[in-house]
Amino acid sequence: MPATLPLADRTIAEVAELLRRREVSSRDLVEACLARIARDGERLNTFLAIAGERALASADAADAALKAGEGAKKPLLGIPYALKDIFVTRALDDDGRPNSGLPTTAGSRILEGYRCAYASDAEERLGNAGAVLLGKTNLDEFAMGSSNENSAFGPVHNPWDESLVPGGSSGGSAAAVASGQAFFATGTDTGGSIRQPASLSGIVGFKPTYGRVSRYGMVAFASSLDQCGPLARSVPDAAAVLQALAGYDPRDSTSVDLPVPDYAAALTGDVQGLRLGVPREYFVAGMEPGVEAAVRAAIGFLEGLGAEIVEVSLPSTDHGLATYYIITPAEASANLARYDGIRYGPSAGSDDLLENYLRTRGSGFGPEVKRRIILGTYALSAGYYDAYYVKAQQVRTLIKAEFDSVLATVDAVLAPTSPTVAFKIGAKTDDPLLMYLNDACTLPVNIAGLPGISVPCGLSDGLPVGFQVIGRAFDEPTVLRVADAYQRASGFADLRPPTAYD
Amino acid sequence: MISRSDVEHVAALARLGLTDDEIDRLVPQLSRILEAVGKLSAVDTSSVGPTAQVIALENVMRDDEPRPSMSREAALAEAPMREGGLLRVPVVLEEGR
Repeated sequence: MPATLPLADRTIAEVAELLRRREVSSRDLVEACLARIARDGERLNTFLAIAGERALASADAADAALKAGEGAKKPLLGIPYALKDIFVTRALDDDGRPNSGLPTTAGSRILEGYRCAYASDAEERLGNAGAVLLGKTNLDEFAMGSSNENSAFGPVHNPWDESLVPGGSSGGSAAAVASGQAFFATGTDTGGSIRQPASLSGIVGFKPTYGRVSRYGMVAFASSLDQCGPLARSVPDAAAVLQALAGYDPRDSTSVDLPVPDYAAALTGDVQGLRLGVPREYFVAGMEPGVEAAVRAAIGFLEGLGAEIVEVSLPSTDHGLATYYIITPAEASANLARYDGIRYGPSAGSDDLLENYLRTRGSGFGPEVKRRIILGTYALSAGYYDAYYVKAQQVRTLIKAEFDSVLATVDAVLAPTSPTVAFKIGAKTDDPLLMYLNDACTLPVNIAGLPGISVPCGLSDGLPVGFQVIGRAFDEPTVLRVADAYQRASGFADLRPPTAYD
Repeated sequence: MISRSDVEHVAALARLGLTDDEIDRLVPQLSRILEAVGKLSAVDTSSVGPTAQVIALENVMRDDEPRPSMSREAALAEAPMREGGLLRVPVVLEEGR
């Protein structure tokens, strides 16, 4: 590994310091990312829309602002980033005419070419923090998937090995950040969609507590679990992005009006005296030995740093998958009813209303989305509602109560992120249940609404492995503190794929 | 566990057009998924209520006062069919129907 990484592969903290010292400009950073996008973007299929000219113009404005001394007020001033293409971006002016904003597809044909009339809270907040939008990343259609193979616009390839998936559903965001095409990206996480691709791509991915970050302008999948968060190359970078994203938003009725702590202040590097729980149920059959070894080594490492490691039990973990695959399709089937071919998006153009719905939706949604709409509609239909949906919501109560009880005795929980490293494109596409198992270790965290971060902890068979730190609701500081202390001392902070070297 | 007619019924409820091939694939897949998620029926939940959302929130109200909103032009700009500043939709109710 070279002593100094190329500009495009460094952390936000490093390049922000270079910006502050005026050794590089925001334009340099945008050009470095655009060069990587030109080199690897199409091959890895990371972006669905790129705003090159607009990003360069924003970079020049950021450089002028930096010169005027506005850097202190805008912590991400001049830093190029990407939005997962499930965050709407304002692409229409008030008069209804297209502007220079980017379209939003959610990875689906049913929104192909869709130009939104308003901005997501994430686009607004990151813009206010000075970050420069490069483009919008590929994803599983409506964020339904664990491999990015469900995108209507083709799979994303893993920068560590192009024959492999990058994970999903935020696969484009993960691959872009891992391969130097953006310094950070947003993701959404309903059952692991930030943490699992971060793990499989060798970067950091942080799902905050449900309610911590606004969901306004995030195309809805399962509204009681969806949460926005950052994918970045280091824990301090993830903390800086979360700082910009977090906060109350009256436009999201489940946004929580609590003060936002100073996340950077939590990064003390010290875990002495912290009690960290390791749930025995997370080391499951089917977990790859190399993954388990790397995660166990990370736990041992944290013990070496002075944390107290205790075994804990979350007995309902095994029911997480079933609970998730009832609740999320049910919520999705309701959320996706809005795609009617009338107000926006492609339409079959039939004169008969029912025929128009059937044909518009039948041709607009892909196979996984259809599977989940049918499953969710079934679980909510007369005669099955109590047996499936209400039952799953009751088990949700049990899963949450177990986490609450464990987290009353420990400061955070440590667990694997994914049972495997990145797998071959096509390896699991014929078997939905096999694919769903990818999220067995991440989705209980969404069911309970807790914050969880995935941090790289080494390689297995030459591919990245991540582990999770899961915390109490709204205790993002402790989660970040543990993850950062590990990353600083572990020697895996500079983990980069082979593509990182020009 | 789930039949072809179940899938057809649910697809009609969801206003989702499916081809015969798609239904052929969905019947066994959904049967397996329902079998897997159906194991929840064995979990004892007699002592707990359902959780719809995890954050203890109460209804948030605001004053019912007019405020700026999306312009008509922007709201209609993406509609596949429109007419005279309105969305145009296929006939829902017509005489003699």
